[in-house]
Amino acid sequence: MRTAIFSARFAELESIRQFVNHAAIDAGMDETGLCAIEMAVDEACSNIIEHAYAGMPAGDIECICENDEHNLTIVLRDHGQPFDITKVPDPDLSNVLEDRKVGGLGVYLIHQLMDEVRYERMGEAGNILTLVRRLKSEP
Amino acid sequence: MEITVQHHKHCDLLAIKGKVDSFTAPELTKAFEKTNDEGKFKIVLDMEKLEYMSSAGFRSLLVGQRNCRRYNRGEIVLARVPKKIMDALELTGFTPLFKIFDDVTAAVGTF
Repeated sequence: MRTAIFSARFAELESIRQFVNHAAIDAGMDETGLCAIEMAVDEACSNIIEHAYAGMPAGDIECICENDEHNLTIVLRDHGQPFDITKVPDPDLSNVLEDRKVGGLGVYLIHQLMDEVRYERMGEAGNILTLVRRLKSEP
Repeated sequence: MEITVQHHKHCDLLAIKGKVDSFTAPELTKAFEKTNDEGKFKIVLDMEKLEYMSSAGFRSLLVGQRNCRRYNRGEIVLARVPKKIMDALELTGFTPLFKIFDDVTAAVGTF
């Protein structure tokens, strides 16, 4: 198990991506999975910074990576406001440029890239987002 | 992230290098805005040296494309899109919004 705490700032995204990337390599994640993990965790943390900590003094994001022989599980904890990404509606993926809304893309990507996405609100203790990806991608 | 600009006769070539995430995407947006402020709306974005792009970068592309295409004054076309970035663009339904070229010469030649 690997744990790290990052300051909830966009400038930290690069370090967060590196941290999960190393954990995923050590877990034996395949190449497709590495890209997926990097992107999904970036999108999840961007959302935490932008929405859970919106209008609050900057808090932190705790990142816990754990794996067994089949899956890598990444848990992201923050102490911000409730933000349940599993309730965010799908974005507009229409091909009409003028009509297309710009939001919701990150959450959509997280669901597409991960095998499992769970959200729990721990009262005042904050939010827990759990992302699971199989080590070997399905063909 | 780094962006270098080359002015061509019929378009501007913006070469992007490094990583675009929520931290750096505003720089990409600014680069498009600066080009537009110079009265230029025909842009080739060379992505060969782009290592990573999150949805924050896709939003910059979308807003940039919308501004460039307005009044039919131009558009952004993409060149040399790395495979993993192409996969994410496809997943989010972005590929039909842009002409995509395998080489820069063909992309510049479209204008």
